[in-house]
Amino acid sequence: MTDLLRRLVRTPQGAAGLVLVGVVLLAVIVGPLLAPYDPEAMAPLLRYKGPGMTHLLGTDQYGRDILSRLLVGARATVVMAVLATLLGTLFGALLGTASAFLGGRADEAIMRTVDAIMSIPSLLFALLIVNLLGKSEVNALLAIGIAFTPGMARIARSVALAVRKQDYVNAAIARGEGSLHIVLREMLPNVVAPIVVETTIRVAFAVMLFATLSFLGLGTQPPAPEWGLMVAEARKYLNLSPWMLIWPSLAIAMVAIGFNLLGDGLRDALNPRT
Amino acid sequence: MSPAYALKRCGLIVYTLLVVSLIVFGITQILPADAATMLLGENATAEALAAVRDRLGLDASVWEQYLRWLGGVVQGDFGTSLRTGLPVAPVMIEALGRSLTLALFSIILMLAIAVPLGIVAAVRRGRAADMIVSVLSYVGVSLPEFVTATVFVLVLADWLQLLPASGYVPLTQDPIRSLQHWVLPVLTVSVIMVAHVSRMVRSELVDVLHSDYIRAARLKGMPPRTVLLRHGLRNALLPTITIVALDVGYLLGGVIVVEEIFAIPGIGRQLIVAIQARDLPAIQAGALIMAATYSIANFAADLAYAWLDKRIQYD
Repeated sequence: MTDLLRRLVRTPQGAAGLVLVGVVLLAVIVGPLLAPYDPEAMAPLLRYKGPGMTHLLGTDQYGRDILSRLLVGARATVVMAVLATLLGTLFGALLGTASAFLGGRADEAIMRTVDAIMSIPSLLFALLIVNLLGKSEVNALLAIGIAFTPGMARIARSVALAVRKQDYVNAAIARGEGSLHIVLREMLPNVVAPIVVETTIRVAFAVMLFATLSFLGLGTQPPAPEWGLMVAEARKYLNLSPWMLIWPSLAIAMVAIGFNLLGDGLRDALNPRT
Repeated sequence: MSPAYALKRCGLIVYTLLVVSLIVFGITQILPADAATMLLGENATAEALAAVRDRLGLDASVWEQYLRWLGGVVQGDFGTSLRTGLPVAPVMIEALGRSLTLALFSIILMLAIAVPLGIVAAVRRGRAADMIVSVLSYVGVSLPEFVTATVFVLVLADWLQLLPASGYVPLTQDPIRSLQHWVLPVLTVSVIMVAHVSRMVRSELVDVLHSDYIRAARLKGMPPRTVLLRHGLRNALLPTITIVALDVGYLLGGVIVVEEIFAIPGIGRQLIVAIQARDLPAIQAGALIMAATYSIANFAADLAYAWLDKRIQYD
């Protein structure tokens, strides 16, 4: 583990990604404690303020402190995205590994169906599911998790196919182990590394997708300080205060860049051959 | 590409559309309120509801409804919109035309930016230019469309007053104003694809430039520019076709948001309106058309690939 960390820090992407993701995680964990103001406290006399000494990043259309909203909103945006990705990864890894293990006709049928589902854009798929379940934060999470499942299944399968040919899997079959045991105990642990890389990069995508759903009014509902929602509100007041747009946009970009860099760094660190 | 393979691919497209139609039909069936309630509202009388259910054939079993709907779709009849009362198909096809225009403009702009960026990054590998392109592409893939769109509106429409912030003018009505309206949406859609494709061109070109035939071309004294463009780029661009086709998936998702923001009456906006109004026939038609577009784009990419590179044999 420490060895992996050392290799990760040695790549420029890994080091930069680690720093960015670290800052974001800090905001997620202690953000609400660091917030100088109540994120929902309105101040009618202090609306549309630019960055200044009292309000470091300025205030929004109700005079709410933008920095406090960003710090508190980190949980809504990042934790949800991470959970959604993990959900999609779990489903996808199980499906892909099982498909590779079963092989033959079953594998063909599962993968053709996965390909078919992937022809629906993730955003559209998420929109349909949110519409089915009703607009809320938790439903957006489920929608993104389900929308990610086919893509993860495809990657897990291709890795698992390579693992499937290994001797220890054949040995388990020869010992007469059950299919469930082989998939869960022998194969899944060995397909983890490439899946970790893909999952990390997907978190970036999930943050963007989650913010997009909130932006379209289908995810987190106002007045919650979710970042996508903040951008959506800022659009109405562009000419009064561009800062309302700039800060949450930068926050979203920072999280997405961080996870993208970390994923690429992990890929290099986990795969020393290339 | 053997005829048998082409036939198999066509079969797969049909299978894809069947699966998508089942999923979309399934999702719209589980919706809490049925089509009759949506059409008449919550306060409709039981008799009125029964009459509409009878007219729409909602009393039949789900499978019967699905097969009847599918039968219509095969003949190009996607049903009638619950929101407008008009047939869905002509509206969706017209909207698809606008979305494809947006996609096409975006792909052209993207190639014009991404290919030179990729070449520069590959040729100057490890130097400042490469680093800059790499940083730009990280920023590009990390900005959701709604953020890039809003920033473009802020800078180009609000501050510099160069372009209209949103709206749509048909090309036939006023070509110049129409093109002005296209600029911001096209820029927005291109950003993420530029990031993907420039990276792809870079990594392919780096591989190609290390190959033996490039060494041979250099050693026989061919000018570096000719080596790069005629031998290197030609081979590096081939895999890019596949990436562009796969990006059509992102493109269609991105188009939904971009059309919503810039008020372009394309298929994405139609879908959002349909989803918000729970207009089932329109949702089903829109989703199916999007999936079909994606499948056909990927098939076309495989065909182009096999045609451009005779070494590739699909079977």
